[in-house]
Amino acid sequence: MGWIRFLGRIGLRFFERLGRGHLFLVQLLAALPSLLPRPGLVIRELYSAGVRSMLIVVVSGLFVGMVLGLQGYNTLSKFGAAESLGVLVALSLVRELGPVVTALLFAGRAGTSLTAEIGLMKATEQLSSMEMMAVDPIRRIMAPRFLAGFIAMPLLAAIFSAVGVLGGYFVGVGLLGVDSGVFWSQMQANVALHADVINGVIKSAVFGLVAAWIAVFEGYDAVPTSEGVSRATTRTVVNTALAVLALDFVLTALMYGVS
Amino acid sequence: MPHSRTVEIAVGMFVAAGLAALFLLAMKVSNLSSFAAPQGYVLTAEFQNIGGLKVRAPVTVAGVQVGRVIGIGFDNTDYEAVVRMAIDPRYDKFPVDTSAAIYTAGLLGEKYVALVPGGAPTYLKNGDRIKLTQSALILEQVIGQYLFNRADGQK
Repeated sequence: MGWIRFLGRIGLRFFERLGRGHLFLVQLLAALPSLLPRPGLVIRELYSAGVRSMLIVVVSGLFVGMVLGLQGYNTLSKFGAAESLGVLVALSLVRELGPVVTALLFAGRAGTSLTAEIGLMKATEQLSSMEMMAVDPIRRIMAPRFLAGFIAMPLLAAIFSAVGVLGGYFVGVGLLGVDSGVFWSQMQANVALHADVINGVIKSAVFGLVAAWIAVFEGYDAVPTSEGVSRATTRTVVNTALAVLALDFVLTALMYGVS
Repeated sequence: MPHSRTVEIAVGMFVAAGLAALFLLAMKVSNLSSFAAPQGYVLTAEFQNIGGLKVRAPVTVAGVQVGRVIGIGFDNTDYEAVVRMAIDPRYDKFPVDTSAAIYTAGLLGEKYVALVPGGAPTYLKNGDRIKLTQSALILEQVIGQYLFNRADGQK
């Protein structure tokens, strides 16, 4: 009977955490209007979540685009369709790689630091002292970070995709000799504004919400010890990656799949 | 955390870069618009059928690219497609009896316009029309004609 009880305990703990997470999300959303009179808080967090993630996003986007250009050219030229390289690069980036890879990078770059920061605030009892001073830590600490992550993600994903397309252009046109006009004209003929670009932005906004929510929640829910903070940081990366990849499947199926 | 003015400027630049990237994706990658008109002198040609020719497709002479298609329109009086091409000003000595044809690069590839120079002593100028044209090959029409001829021959 021991192992059944063990399974039950794990299951209960899982659903308890899930429920706490969702209640926390409701609290976060309810706290968002209180940010309106104080945009400075959000701007500060946008700096640490967005501006300081720019470098990794731009560099990764460039290299992902360049690799797509090389790999795509090798396969497409076998079928005499190297002219479609622009379409391949742009569609893969705008639809899938831009939102997903940016979300994973964002979890690693900004999510972990959010979790560690909030977890340490909890461990050093800064959150409790705020409550003592009648300052709501959810409004003062969590909500600005959550909103900043939610705003920063779509922008970062757009930068990733745009830089990636340029990387594919440099490799395809500059290195491999695909015609520059065909590269752009095929791309423009086959990439639709609504179906591809807007759907990509919607995806990245959803991923941004999930990534920021998980990062802030893991910090808030961390066991207030050094070990607890380190575990919470790990959980942020793992849970965000799992959630983003699973949600990506669901969103792709809704957007492009069964119609 | 740096000074708040620096932070605000950096965030402003970040948001601007993100919006610029979105704008680029919308305008340059998707089919919303195509700006950056290529320079050069313009020639027009009327085709009965352009197949799948697209704006920005290459214009070649002897296989070498000399310009781009900059516009595709429809002539409402004689029901023909009007293709406008911008030709690199370095190549300004095409005779007036130059002919234009639409070919396909590879089996599945992009359509392009091929110019074949004639022998007339005067040259085409900006805005001139190429009179000798050959339409794109439509595979279905060719197969249809072939089958039709076969059926005729068996009678």
